[in-house]
Amino acid sequence: MHSLIQAVILGVLTGGVYALMASGQTLIFGIMKVVNLAQGVLVVLGAYLTYTLFTQWGVDPFLSILITTPLLFLVGVGVQWALLRPLHGDDVAQLSLLVTFAIALGVEGLLSFAYGATLTNVQPSYANFSWTILGYQVSLVRFVAFVLSLVVLGLLYLILQRTKFGRSVRATVQNPMSAQLLGVNANRVSALGFGLGAATAAAAGSVFGMLNSFNPGSHYDLISRLLTIVVLGGLGSIGGSVVAALVMGVASSVVSALASPIWSDFTFFVVLLLVLLIRPRGLFGARTRGAL
Amino acid sequence: MKFAITRAGLVRAGVFFLVLVLVPIVGGPGWLLNTLTFTIMYAALSSSWNLIGGYAGYPSLGHVAFFGIGAYATAIMFNGSVYGGYAPFLMLPVIGIGVALLSVPIGWVSMRTRADVFAIVTITLLFITQTLAFNLKEITGGAQGKSVAPAPFDVATYDWPFYYAMLIMLATAMAISMYFRRSKIGLSLATVRADEDKAHGVGVRVTAVKLIAFAVSSGLVAMVGGVWAYYVGFIYPQFAVDPLITIGMVLMAFLGGRGTLWGPVLGSFILVPAQEYFAQAFGASQLYLIAYAAVFLVIMLFLPRGILPSIAERLDRRRAGAAGAARDNAAAQVAPMPPSEVKVVR
Repeated sequence: MHSLIQAVILGVLTGGVYALMASGQTLIFGIMKVVNLAQGVLVVLGAYLTYTLFTQWGVDPFLSILITTPLLFLVGVGVQWALLRPLHGDDVAQLSLLVTFAIALGVEGLLSFAYGATLTNVQPSYANFSWTILGYQVSLVRFVAFVLSLVVLGLLYLILQRTKFGRSVRATVQNPMSAQLLGVNANRVSALGFGLGAATAAAAGSVFGMLNSFNPGSHYDLISRLLTIVVLGGLGSIGGSVVAALVMGVASSVVSALASPIWSDFTFFVVLLLVLLIRPRGLFGARTRGAL
Repeated sequence: MKFAITRAGLVRAGVFFLVLVLVPIVGGPGWLLNTLTFTIMYAALSSSWNLIGGYAGYPSLGHVAFFGIGAYATAIMFNGSVYGGYAPFLMLPVIGIGVALLSVPIGWVSMRTRADVFAIVTITLLFITQTLAFNLKEITGGAQGKSVAPAPFDVATYDWPFYYAMLIMLATAMAISMYFRRSKIGLSLATVRADEDKAHGVGVRVTAVKLIAFAVSSGLVAMVGGVWAYYVGFIYPQFAVDPLITIGMVLMAFLGGRGTLWGPVLGSFILVPAQEYFAQAFGASQLYLIAYAAVFLVIMLFLPRGILPSIAERLDRRRAGAAGAARDNAAAQVAPMPPSEVKVVR
């Protein structure tokens, strides 16, 4: 029982970070109908930037988020502008899927060129500090990461609900055609949306670098988890992706504690297939719009 | 739109395969046969992927899962001995049919979703298979890999059986592709690709044809995987279920032209030698990935419909004459050609 509750605590804390990554991905899908296969590599890129800032200049990993987030925001805007916007042809959705995969490969290549393939890790002095509450271990890094994810998700929510840009985004998600007719600049919304998605990846990446050992190839693990999360939550639904991330986090952590860590990733896929069997559009996916 | 077998088409196929059959006999530098074997392997994989990804418009990104299953099937069956050397080839049809049957329930679940989500679900298939290959150590050998007993072939002509096996796989895949185009299955798949709901509405048995295409495609890919495992002799989870193989098949079909007979073949004959060249020129891993990604992006941005459809479109336009061409252009600008347009590309 003790190990079960411990696993649930761990799962919720980890799930929070995944929620952050997945919210960016699902936001990109909601706006542009692009399944961003580069989200995982953007997280790894964020982690490596944090690593460099930490080892070269001693910037605290949590503080480095203030630097990496704007940087990756610009990267995201640039990617959308240079590589996704020019796409045309029969099926832009399929093409953009492949383009983002190519971006993932390219960034993986650049990272392994710059850093090599060895596993690294961002280890600030407080990395192994943890509290014991009622007999349960809560690691400082995980807890702060969880809180931070909530803060960033909150910010994202505020941006989407309270700003003019957010209104344009929501209008585009609901109906791109009408949104454009009402004067929403689709290109601008797409570019900023992709930038925001990349920015959440950067924020999550800084934390990811402290919680996990990573190398440039880690993005495959990440993207496979992220994809199951966003499909489970229902593509395009940010709330859905948060719920799905928590479900997946807890499920894999419980399996890891009670069965074996090697099967914890497997949980993701099994849960996904079970959900799709019953409900092909995911937990909170809309019936009409998009790919479903 | 039925696709007639023309004399020109027969001649083209005949010359193509005759040249390939003659290559080992005529001889050449040692690397040639090796490169050609992999080129033909990818042509076969890409042609098989095309059955579901091209004709039906369901872009599976998980086909390497079936490739891996086929590879492991060969490795597990022929771990100790290969019984005269040709037994693994003779078992291929069994592997193909077995995997095709296995893929039916998988296809049924995953094809409840459309386009993008389908791509995602099939990617997870890739990761499931890779995880299983890593973790079911008693069967697959886990990260230590699994070996196939070495083939007792003559050293001078060692590559030949594998080369011809791959060539037969390519011919099979292309024959099935041709059959699809000429039969009701191909027509039904074209309607699925154009508008599945409408097709369903007018009575096309969409689920049945999708499952047929998915199963045939998966079975073929598994058979190619079986030949590959025997050829390379030692397989590891990360190479037998490599995302790059999956993306290779897709990319080659995209480059040559999805939903065409020769497109995937053309794409493979361009990309695989290029890939080998990059690997030679830049060393095995890092820069090669960047070059590959760059090629990838260029294709997507400048040739989104693939080489053959683009050429066919040009030819059509020229035939239409100057006046007609001007009108077509004007019309094309108003209404871009819908994906439903089944182009006859030879």
